[in-house]
Amino acid sequence: MNRILEIIADLQETANHPAKAVKASMKETGKKAVGCLPYYTPDEIIYAAGLLPVGLWGGQTEIKEADKYLQSFCCSIMRINVEQGMKGMYDFLSAVVIPTYCDTLKCICDNWQVAVPKTYLIPIVYPQHRKIAAGVAYLIDEYKRVQKEFETIAGRKITEQDLEDSIAIYEDYRKTMRQFTAIVGKYPKTLNAKTRHLIIKAAYFMDKSRYNAKMKELMEELKKLPAENFDGIKVVVTGILVETDALLDAFVENKMVFVADDLAHESRQFRTCARSEGTALERLAYRIADHDGCSLLYDEEKKHGQLLIELVRDNRADGVVVCMMKFCNPEEFDYPIYKKELEAAGIPMLYLEIEQKMDSAEQIRNRIQSFAEMIK
Amino acid sequence: MDTTISSKTMLRELLSRHYEEAFAAKAAGELIAWSTSIAPQELLETMDIKVVYPENHAAVIGARKDAQAFLDNAESNGYSTDLCSYARVNMGYTRLKESVAGNIPMPDFIFCCSNICSTAIKWYENLARDMRIPMILIDTPFNHTDEIPEHSVKYIRGQFENAIRQLEGITGRKFDRDRFRDVMKISTETARWWKKATALAVAKPSPFNGFDLFNYMAVIVCMRGKHEGLDLFKLWAEELQGKIDRGEGPWRDQKEKYRIMWDGIACWPHLSDTAKILRKNGINMVTSTYPDSWTIVYDNDDLDAMARAYSANYANRNLNYGINKVVQIVKDFSLDGIIYHSNRSCKLMDFRQYEVQRQVQKQTGTVSVIFDGDQTDPRAFSLAQYETRIEALMEMMEQRKKERLSGQ
Ligand code: SF4
Ligand code: SF4
Repeated sequence: MNRILEIIADLQETANHPAKAVKASMKETGKKAVGCLPYYTPDEIIYAAGLLPVGLWGGQTEIKEADKYLQSFCCSIMRINVEQGMKGMYDFLSAVVIPTYCDTLKCICDNWQVAVPKTYLIPIVYPQHRKIAAGVAYLIDEYKRVQKEFETIAGRKITEQDLEDSIAIYEDYRKTMRQFTAIVGKYPKTLNAKTRHLIIKAAYFMDKSRYNAKMKELMEELKKLPAENFDGIKVVVTGILVETDALLDAFVENKMVFVADDLAHESRQFRTCARSEGTALERLAYRIADHDGCSLLYDEEKKHGQLLIELVRDNRADGVVVCMMKFCNPEEFDYPIYKKELEAAGIPMLYLEIEQKMDSAEQIRNRIQSFAEMIK
Repeated sequence: MDTTISSKTMLRELLSRHYEEAFAAKAAGELIAWSTSIAPQELLETMDIKVVYPENHAAVIGARKDAQAFLDNAESNGYSTDLCSYARVNMGYTRLKESVAGNIPMPDFIFCCSNICSTAIKWYENLARDMRIPMILIDTPFNHTDEIPEHSVKYIRGQFENAIRQLEGITGRKFDRDRFRDVMKISTETARWWKKATALAVAKPSPFNGFDLFNYMAVIVCMRGKHEGLDLFKLWAEELQGKIDRGEGPWRDQKEKYRIMWDGIACWPHLSDTAKILRKNGINMVTSTYPDSWTIVYDNDDLDAMARAYSANYANRNLNYGINKVVQIVKDFSLDGIIYHSNRSCKLMDFRQYEVQRQVQKQTGTVSVIFDGDQTDPRAFSLAQYETRIEALMEMMEQRKKERLSGQ
């Protein structure tokens, strides 16, 4: 048990202090770091260049400067990203990658060049028609374009073998994470909502090969233990991400454990595998093509709700918790559709509107508590 | 064409005929498409499909002050008040199907082009899913570069071909390439005349006021590929030229004292209030960033050129383009000021507005104000705030005029 707690404490420390953790990773590996805004950035290509891709998903910074660029009805995660950029918190990064899935991200990409001129910007534009041949071909061209950018930063060429090696590490990461999220239900106390979140989050600030090794050891150790008794509630959580600490604490206090998630910050990053055939870039492009049930990628069949229902059934969850990022249009548009489907399937649902920085979580805490009582 | 009628009458007639024909087609069992406002309608027109534009319809519902019921309906079904109000009104309409502003037939498939925004993709996905109808998507990658990248053009062109296959599948008819060429030609021609007419506002005084512009916009949205649309804009341009020759301004009872640009969509539910305050002060909105969105012009029947033209929409371009564009407008239209509508509905237009305002001010010295509003949600607008901002703008413009006269 001690080793388990040690590893968890270590990962928590990483997740709670991103800048420090990234700097430590840079020192340890001798790599330059590249910041990646959400979502689905080409981390494999960055890694193949011998660079360290790190996640920039907002934080807890007070918003002041960013108000010069963004109205208050912009999602908190992007306001905070711009704020942190303007404050110079990303100055130690060699570049940032900004994809443009939603209208907000397009504007963030545009504003970045003016607001944060110090951090070199690499925009990447993903195709929405990602399943048709023209879309796959486009994405491969887009990958080739950014590949050159990373080569320039790294000062070296990326070979096909580099890419294959990198994909192998990332696929290993994804597989490990799928295994990890699958055992949460067995150890709901050790892997409570907050701990689980921080463990997964730590991956964004570490070299993936090192993170993978830690996670494997953690799971080896966990498997030695018997399943934990649990009289709490098992839920599937959906949304962009689950933060703040106060929100996570409220889940823990009410004994709500995340037996599965559909969060952009978590499982959406690792639930879809790369294909095994094709060139390295084809494999990456088809991973995007094959990825479904995400509000950020075009899907006229809207499989999002079906996916949630399956997650509930497969994990014998008691309900779904929606952590709706305030002002997030892609997620808000999916909601009415899956809401209806969940209702039809008789699955209890808790809807919470969250911001990455909230002054008070009192109201939310009460709603979590009533939901927990209702389920029991 | 009946040459005795005015373009205003013709505009009204064309619009009512547009909706009547759509209903007649629906009754006759023909297919109806719903489409976004700046989509490659050439493909649909070639297939002779009747198209209705939810953005146009939602705007009319807003202007007739009928939006609230639809907004309420959408919200009761889980649509956040934060979402684009065109989308909310339209989603509400799919359930209520009845408005004092006039009705539209339900679609058999939908046609979406992301050059206006990514929001449209989400909105249309929901339409497709709710009604279980096919969706045709033309995705135009956001242009962060100054030029439209070649691989984007290839991708869009590939989607045109994909859309043609989908259309053939949906209709069971063959796509006629000869007809397509004709439609491309008319569409470009109509767009040129639209540009020509709207550009006549560079005259001092301008022969029209901007709220007229909003009215004519409805036709460039829905009849760009039709002879009737072309005729209308030719007639309008002719009339405007006549007014310029006679030295006539935008209003009979008021002089054009200041010339401004309006950034963003109108506040439809408060259209007359917002217009009246400007007119009272002799402020004429001579143009907007908008009109050029429909100046979709490509030289020959080249699909690459067409792809480029659709991708080149203002909203799909980078900040640099946006700034240069407004600076150009300030010069071309001899503007005294700019009103920026911080439109609660449209994040893509809003989240670059502050920087555009700063840069344009820096480069041209043009004064401006920002006010809060929404295109169709009546709740997001405050008349008092609007009045105060316009007063502030007046003072700044007055001050600048004085400075200019005294040679500062
Ligand atoms: S997807 Fe949502 S949370 Fe993410 S940047 Fe866009 S609006 Fe913000
Ligand atoms: S108003 Fe803005 S968000 Fe709404 S459809 Fe138009 S461009 Fe898109």
